[in-house]
Amino acid sequence: MLDLVGKRYWFLGLSMLIIIPGLLFILLGGLRPGIDFTGGSSWELRFDKTRVPATNEVQTALVDADAAFIKDLQAKPNPTKPEQDLLALRQSQKFETIAQPSDEGLMIVRTGEIKDVTGEKTAIVNSLSDRFKDKNGFNPDVSITTTGPTVAGEITLRSVFAVGLVSLGILLYLAWAFRRVKQPWRYGACAIIAMLHDVLVVLGVFAILGKLFGVEIDALFVTALLTVIGFSVHDTIVVFDRLRENQIRHPAESFPAMVNYSLVQTLARSVNTSLTTIFTLSALYLFGGATIRSFVLALLVGIISGTYSSIFNASMLLVIWNEWEAKRKQQRRGARPTATAPTMPQIR
Amino acid sequence: MRSRVRNNILSLIGILLVVLLASWINFGGDRTENFLGSNLDLRAKQGLDLQGGYQILLQARDKNVSKDRMQAALDVISKRVGGLGTNEPVITLQGDDSRRISVELPGVTDEQKVRSLIGSTGRLEFIAAGQDRLADGQTVATSYCTAGSMFQPRPGLCGTPANPTPAAATTAAPNATAGANPTPAATPANNGKVYQTVITGAELDPSKVDVGFDQNTGANQVLFGVKGDAANTFQNFTSSNTGQQMAIVLDGKVISAANIAGAISTQGQISNPTAWATAAGKAEVQNLVLQLKYGALPVELDVLSSRKVGATLGQDSIDRSFIAGAVGLGIVALFMLLYFRLPGLLADLALVVYALVTFAIFKWFGVVLTLAGIAGFILSIGMAVDANVLIFSRMKEELRLGRPIERAVEDGFRNAWPSIRDSNISTMITCAILYWFGGLTGTSVIQGFALTLFLGVVCSLFTAITVTHTFLKTMFMLAGRRGTVVRHTWWYGVNPVHVVRRASDRAAAGGD
Repeated sequence: MLDLVGKRYWFLGLSMLIIIPGLLFILLGGLRPGIDFTGGSSWELRFDKTRVPATNEVQTALVDADAAFIKDLQAKPNPTKPEQDLLALRQSQKFETIAQPSDEGLMIVRTGEIKDVTGEKTAIVNSLSDRFKDKNGFNPDVSITTTGPTVAGEITLRSVFAVGLVSLGILLYLAWAFRRVKQPWRYGACAIIAMLHDVLVVLGVFAILGKLFGVEIDALFVTALLTVIGFSVHDTIVVFDRLRENQIRHPAESFPAMVNYSLVQTLARSVNTSLTTIFTLSALYLFGGATIRSFVLALLVGIISGTYSSIFNASMLLVIWNEWEAKRKQQRRGARPTATAPTMPQIR
Repeated sequence: MRSRVRNNILSLIGILLVVLLASWINFGGDRTENFLGSNLDLRAKQGLDLQGGYQILLQARDKNVSKDRMQAALDVISKRVGGLGTNEPVITLQGDDSRRISVELPGVTDEQKVRSLIGSTGRLEFIAAGQDRLADGQTVATSYCTAGSMFQPRPGLCGTPANPTPAAATTAAPNATAGANPTPAATPANNGKVYQTVITGAELDPSKVDVGFDQNTGANQVLFGVKGDAANTFQNFTSSNTGQQMAIVLDGKVISAANIAGAISTQGQISNPTAWATAAGKAEVQNLVLQLKYGALPVELDVLSSRKVGATLGQDSIDRSFIAGAVGLGIVALFMLLYFRLPGLLADLALVVYALVTFAIFKWFGVVLTLAGIAGFILSIGMAVDANVLIFSRMKEELRLGRPIERAVEDGFRNAWPSIRDSNISTMITCAILYWFGGLTGTSVIQGFALTLFLGVVCSLFTAITVTHTFLKTMFMLAGRRGTVVRHTWWYGVNPVHVVRRASDRAAAGGD
């Protein structure tokens, strides 16, 4: 029989190989929070896909257009309340733009907060039209999302809270699901560690993408993260469930052997259940709309990581924990540790 | 035995009925139907990102605003937006203290107009303009916030004059920028005058505001009514100022100005025989009526966030999602067929049932479809067969242990249930939290994803377990005892060579 448990440190090592660079990039500030967290406006500009202008050209065009609008506004004799707000905002904060090309002629540009009510957007779009319509096939029917600082702060707070809430809910649920097994909290804790592994992998990958390609994270990214957390546990449960069953059937068997046996038994279906999901997500990534592509990518990375961690991390941690505890007990008793090689019967 | 056959036939009929109902819902086009005495709206509802539109999240500036007032504000906005003739606006109170109003207007392209309707707080005033002929759109200062109207003393809405809120400063003196230009609140704007407010929108009777016709010229007129006590004030003023100008001001901007032709008490009319006889004039009258009727928004609102989606992208997104869904469904179906063979084929049939039923549920309950929502649905296609994968894998194991096929099928379903239940519950918990999380972003994007994923998971439990099980049982029933083909383990993805034949091997291999 395939000895997976014997290679447990290798599997954990492979995880570290992805997580450590990811963490490094996170520490380097690779995660780029989008307007959902910082406030501001996000523009979806569409050009003819063969004639997309350079990003710095678009950025300059936006800055110029806004400056021209603000100048007109300053000259206006009786600005309304929103107009006054806008002038004050632009005075205190420079109007910054960061353009990031996507595919299919889409360019996503993040700018300072646009005050719709003042007609600022219309003025900018008109100016962009003049500049890019004939030359680059600019579509003046732009989409724009504006998030004020209040909502951005709340989304940030709630994101953190939601991740915590999901983790807690899953932990309680696991404890309940494994209430009849010895040490239910241990199972729950291992599932949570595997889940954190997946969260770190997704965050790490997006930190790398953010540093290298300017990919931003938004509320949808958090949605993907929360979904991944659910899936991660979903996969882990399949393995733990079999373990639970085997422990009842073969109470005399050694723990590592039992884990290995359960893993081999469930390997095919763990991979298969994830495969079907990966198939549909890949189709969505390749053929679906460009605006949700990074959302789908986050799901895809997370689910692949979730499958890996449920097979190669969660159960391995259980074994390591168990071993460590046995060693401690034996040290107390002064006895020698026993061999932990798999001794289950073979099936092929 | 006989009752088992009967139960199976009943399940089959039940499934058939569900499929027929789902097909009827899905394939009749977008429509409303009378179903079992209630009106059923069977139109697929597309979110902003699919059909384009405008969404805006507003918050009351006043922190202690009561829920009733917010509700009143919501009603006013609903009415104003209703006047635009948009399709299916969604306007809801949000936030823990109901201080927010979310307005979603799918399909709205004229955002400028929407903004002027929603964004304006609509402080409506009739002012005494004396001899001044004020132009439409002109900014004027009024006595409303400093001294009140002729009918009412200074209202609380403006704040105290000693410590004016930004709102008060704006209305009284629009060029008094916060800090930048510290002019006293009463400093006149524009032409240097502070006009006396006669009455405000609160004293108008909305039920009497309407479009009328001048019987002599046939031109459109604006009819309005003044409420009880204020009518006296209004009559006193109009009778003593006949021949002078009066202007209607919304948020400090003139929207209409006219000569006072005579005394008005409870009923008045504004006419402009030459200009308002044209089609453009008619539109102007209707607009003015709308503003008079719903002009007074009881709270001042700030824009917290907004989202405008271009209308031209929707169809492209739908087409792309459809292709992605079809490809995803195809690959999953092919995989199930190749890996599990005969049961895989039945699971594929169940998957078609799944897609039909889930989509019908979306239509039935009016789930708003967004790009992320469709992603959730497509994702759930992959998950829908999860239960089947778990069951059939168990089934394979039982077959390898040498169990007869029918028993292996039953054991597969029974043994796989605990892990199916556990994993689905964990996804449902996640969906519930996602739904809560998504409530904040104002748009239905995240909630749409959570909702479609949740419904997908629930539906897949039905199709992957009940439907597949019934199909398998039906197959055995039809094949009968002599149906050796369906009983060959190869059809279940198990090579006969790997089947353990002897009972002793079975026990050793971990069977019970």
